[in-house]
Amino acid sequence: MRQFITFTRKEFYHILRDRWTMLMLLAFPLIMIILFGFGITTEIKNSKIAVYDPSKDLATQNIIKKLETSEYFILSEYLNSPDQIELIFKEGKIGLMVVFSERFYENLIHTGDAQILLIADGTDPNTASTLTNYASRIIMMYLQELTDIEHLPFQINTEVKLLYNPTLEGAYNIVPGVMGMVLMLICALMTSVSIAREKELGTMEVILVSPMPPLLIVLSKVVPYFTISLINFTNVLILAVFLLGVPVNGSLFTLYLVSIIFIFVALALGLLISSVTNRQLVALLMSAMGLMMPVVMLSGLMFPIENMPLILQGIAQIIPAKWYIEAIRDVMIKGLGPADVIKEIGILSLMAVVLIGASLKKFKIRLE
Amino acid sequence: MKVIEAENLTKKFGQFVAVDNISFQVEKGEIFGFLGANGAGKTTAMRMLCGLSKPTSGQGKVAGFDIEQQPEKVKANIGYMSQKFALYEDLRVWENLRLYGGIYGIPSREINEKIHAALAQLGIENEKDTMVKSLPLGWKQKLAFSTAIFHDPKIVFLDEPTGGVDPLARRQFWELIYEAADRGITVFVTTHYMDEAEYCNRVSVMVDGKIEALDSPKNLKKQFDAKNMDQIFHQLARKATRGNN
Repeated sequence: MRQFITFTRKEFYHILRDRWTMLMLLAFPLIMIILFGFGITTEIKNSKIAVYDPSKDLATQNIIKKLETSEYFILSEYLNSPDQIELIFKEGKIGLMVVFSERFYENLIHTGDAQILLIADGTDPNTASTLTNYASRIIMMYLQELTDIEHLPFQINTEVKLLYNPTLEGAYNIVPGVMGMVLMLICALMTSVSIAREKELGTMEVILVSPMPPLLIVLSKVVPYFTISLINFTNVLILAVFLLGVPVNGSLFTLYLVSIIFIFVALALGLLISSVTNRQLVALLMSAMGLMMPVVMLSGLMFPIENMPLILQGIAQIIPAKWYIEAIRDVMIKGLGPADVIKEIGILSLMAVVLIGASLKKFKIRLE
Repeated sequence: MKVIEAENLTKKFGQFVAVDNISFQVEKGEIFGFLGANGAGKTTAMRMLCGLSKPTSGQGKVAGFDIEQQPEKVKANIGYMSQKFALYEDLRVWENLRLYGGIYGIPSREINEKIHAALAQLGIENEKDTMVKSLPLGWKQKLAFSTAIFHDPKIVFLDEPTGGVDPLARRQFWELIYEAADRGITVFVTTHYMDEAEYCNRVSVMVDGKIEALDSPKNLKKQFDAKNMDQIFHQLARKATRGNN
């Protein structure tokens, strides 16, 4: 036990005394959540819109005027045919396309049912959803005015279509995603780099010649990162709730439980990486490329898994962060209980057991 | 009393025989030089004796314990200093000593006394709170030696401990080695500085995994009809078929 305390204290010194490590460990998650967070809530102003209006009647003109006079939109151009829609998006000049149905006003008066199609560029889902929300609200306001004047139950169906990313996931996705990314980064990357550093400096050899059991060496290596990860998770959670207004609908206990299991998985991955290399740089690159990239690209953080090619969907299933982000989203946003995320908890636990077993075995073999 | 006994110790990596059937004994309090060109198998042999590597065949006893059956007991009785000095650069001088004291299970109060004694011996009491990274190389080397013998091991293994250090610092370092030997600590040292070989009580010369010569420097010079260790080493090393020098 004394050995363990001595060694763990030393690990904390390494972290606390290196300004850059500290900055990386504590500031990075906060910067991430703030950057991503304001990506969600930023007001969008003066976004360019294009209009395809085959009706050109009173109602469509009024709606266009309303959109144009709002602070959010600037009318960029009128299209002559629907064929131009795809082209104008490819040029990337406009953020939103408003398409009216034919004989708009007539349909509105007679059948009470006219249609507007809002098309946005889904490659940037946050902006896309904000733009379509604003436009829909402006159209609803016009409808309200019309109803007040004519005392008729009008109805305009605004249909929203997101090009390139049809199943836009909620913007709240970002917070669980950042959590997954931050925990993976701190646990796996920092653990693997810190062990590789000791191997590079030769101190690991000296420690291995000492009577300190290998299990204790591993434990004292991971305890500081485990602690810091929990602090970070709490920080991110607090920021998400109080700064970004993301709700915590489910139980905190479940959130922490899932996070702790995920931290174990990430720590074990870090240990595994450190057992295949003796160099800090390699450990860093392997963690960044081998772990961070899949988390960003394949976990559903940036791109919905449902839209991926089948083979990538398959790969996504073995990415721990995918299950973690899903569980956090279910608990935090949807407010589901532990019973509803039992599948995710089970899969993460299995991954943790397998990876911890493998990394401990690897660490021992190296001593032989 | 013999503190190191190697009997037909062999280590193979696949087809490659790194250490080939070596046998030797080291007496308590002896300074034993372990010489050999790069790639001769010195480090592998030493790693086996330290319990870091399992012998393919043969036996070894260190401090009276079998290196294969009781590696933990062996580890508790030896100290080790690597050629990289292996100190934690971002820890203070005394924190490095305390760390190794803690790892070897020395009680706290005793650790403080020993830190005091160790720093006094090195004459760097004023540097107690200095970060190791700002120490000169020669001091780091001495400090690394102090950490290696901090827990009063029966044997200390030194892996090319004087690499990259100027001649004066090397002389001072050997004074530390003699002091340790006087306290009854057996010193097992690998080196490729032949003048250092002269300081040892006995030396062995390894060539291609085998021990080709083993005796006191004086007897070896007689045996090989050589003026100094350098000549002996070159005579033997010429036979080498592997390694890079």
